[in-house]
Amino acid sequence: MRSALKNDQENDQTPIDDLIRSGYAHGFVTPIESDTFPPGLSENTILKISAKKNEPDWVLEWRLKAYRRWLAMEDPEWAHVKHPDIDFQSMSYYSAPKKKESLNSLDEVDPQLLEAYNKLGIPLEEQKALAGAAVDAVFDSVSVATTFRKSLADAGVIFCSMSEAIQKHPQLVQKYMGSVVPYSDNFYAALNAAVFTDGTFVYIPQGVRCPMELSTYFRINEANTGQFERTLIIAEAGSSVSYLEGCTAPMRDENQLHAAVVELVAMDDASIKYSTVQNWYPGDEQGKGGIYNFVTKRGACRGKRSHISWTQVETGSAITWKYPSCLLIGDDSVGEFYSVAVTRGRQQADTGTKMIHIGANTKSTIVSKGISAGHGQNTYRGLVRMSKGAVNARNHTQCDSLLLGDQCAAHTFPYIEVMNPDAEVEHEATTSKISDDQLFYCRQRGISEEDAVSMIVNGFCKEVFKELPMEFAVEAQKLLNLTLEGAVG
Amino acid sequence: MLRINNLHVKIEGKQILNGLDLTVNAGEVHAIMGPNGSGKSTLSHVLAGREGYEVTDGQVLFNAENLLQLSPEQRAHKGVFLAMQYPVELPGVNNMTFIRESINAIRRARGQDEFNTLEFLQLIREKAAQLQLDEKLLKRNVNAGFSGGEKKRNEVLQMAMLEPQLAILDETDSGLDIDALRVIAQGVNSLRSAERSIILVTHYQRLLEYIQPDFVHVLVNGRIVRSGDKQLALTLEQKGYNWIIEEDAA
Repeated sequence: MRSALKNDQENDQTPIDDLIRSGYAHGFVTPIESDTFPPGLSENTILKISAKKNEPDWVLEWRLKAYRRWLAMEDPEWAHVKHPDIDFQSMSYYSAPKKKESLNSLDEVDPQLLEAYNKLGIPLEEQKALAGAAVDAVFDSVSVATTFRKSLADAGVIFCSMSEAIQKHPQLVQKYMGSVVPYSDNFYAALNAAVFTDGTFVYIPQGVRCPMELSTYFRINEANTGQFERTLIIAEAGSSVSYLEGCTAPMRDENQLHAAVVELVAMDDASIKYSTVQNWYPGDEQGKGGIYNFVTKRGACRGKRSHISWTQVETGSAITWKYPSCLLIGDDSVGEFYSVAVTRGRQQADTGTKMIHIGANTKSTIVSKGISAGHGQNTYRGLVRMSKGAVNARNHTQCDSLLLGDQCAAHTFPYIEVMNPDAEVEHEATTSKISDDQLFYCRQRGISEEDAVSMIVNGFCKEVFKELPMEFAVEAQKLLNLTLEGAVG
Repeated sequence: MLRINNLHVKIEGKQILNGLDLTVNAGEVHAIMGPNGSGKSTLSHVLAGREGYEVTDGQVLFNAENLLQLSPEQRAHKGVFLAMQYPVELPGVNNMTFIRESINAIRRARGQDEFNTLEFLQLIREKAAQLQLDEKLLKRNVNAGFSGGEKKRNEVLQMAMLEPQLAILDETDSGLDIDALRVIAQGVNSLRSAERSIILVTHYQRLLEYIQPDFVHVLVNGRIVRSGDKQLALTLEQKGYNWIIEEDAA
């Protein structure tokens, strides 16, 4: 006679396998005619990108300086991730859906493109858009549509693609672009500065509370292309904005590079809330394909009492390498970082934050929740620096890891540098596993193993999810459940 | 309702249950007593479908259905409830949410509508009050920071909410002071009914002063070696288990 144990496993095996295979819902390719550069990177490529964009000379010069700097830099190896060397000559640095020269309304956007975004659950038709959220959609290398522009303009908010900002608001772009993340910052930031093709620009004038959530959806469609976008958000004194980005890509067998740069600037009493739900294609169970997500995100709290808050839910990408950080320059400024990072299959994540306390009475909070399943490798890497002038500065860090199964791993590398005797730094860390006892307890109460895992995981992530705007918290929770379906078995 | 025939169970190759027979009819309360290591908890776990136990022979029928083929959650859906000896903590999972998820999972499996939230709230508050369980504990995470007695009361609360057909209480009395024992016994007694069967697994006779069983069985070396009424438990209290073990060996 067979035991109950054996029966269970046999019954469960097939559906769980199916779920794992069907896990990535955004893996489709949109058949659309594109204008794509042949693979390869040289000064000539940069000249061509700049010409396509009809850029002013100062942008081209900046790109070329960045490129020359990049040539002298080495691909960093300190991150706790493994991947074959990236061949930067094998990918294309520009790909745009063919379209009319300029778009006056959404009616002129290619219906195939609108359909692609509809499939992703992001309706661009303004009347159907998420309650009160304006969307900028970036497809491969260019921004294809920005919604709700008129109502934003009435409030004085500028929300447009980076290419458009360079044309229409050059003085603002020139003043701020590269001021938080200089082109020389690191290998991938230099590469981005050299070849960036588009991105999102947000400017909130003094005293304005942005009347709606702003969001950007990044989509890589074309094969063998890299995506290099820059986002720049400026919040003038007394203003506030909440911004969300989402990311997806088709399932492809080769790896694709996404090397973005995000810069935030908050002046006196300004507040920026930046939320990310990242679901790039993670590769298959064997680790074939998937996006390399090597991103530099940094916010400067330049003004007094300014406030920058990063919230991220990272479930996709073959490799994630990013540290959304805060430079707390203004006195009494506040930086926050809330993160859920999930790795499963062969995914690797090396993520965390840097809180650089410079002004007096600056405060920072770090809550990092890492979940590893399958053969996933999850690393938290964080730096808290209390500079000499950071009198009475405070940091609280909480860093929790949850392991599902016994093939995965969690690593924690906290760096703390204190140069000020008044500063207070607290670091708490835990590592836990969902135990057989917990699963049995739930199942005895009629709750399936899948539901039990998702209930426990959602409980684990609660502190981070509550920081997300409402609709996105629900999305993030669904995404997490989908990502972890079949992760325990 | 429950018929166990010649049940043999191994854990990691070691024989724990060794030809156990037991029949429990609807409405009956059976107490299973026995010395440490006699197989009491193994029996509870095997009935609930816990992994790690190898059934090498025998059968368990629940309402004429082969219970051993069902997953733990399917057994729960059919009305099998186990009050755990050591209820685990579920960090981050709210107690009330957990109990509601549990009830609704069972109701969905039975093709019933989910519980109306308002009715659910009223019912759980009422049941918690009966068990003198502080309402604050409903809002905390499952078993997190609960005292031993609170954990056991929380188990009986779940039993009261889920209204199982067969409830197995695994050493629910262990670690309780006399007042807590009374409250829990009261809770269990209020759940006795003609449709519900209860198996009390216990080491001591003490619990049986408060919950009067219809039958008492003595489990030794993985078999029921003696069955009787409440009187048997009293004899065990006076004379210990050794005389039965010796008689059984002879």
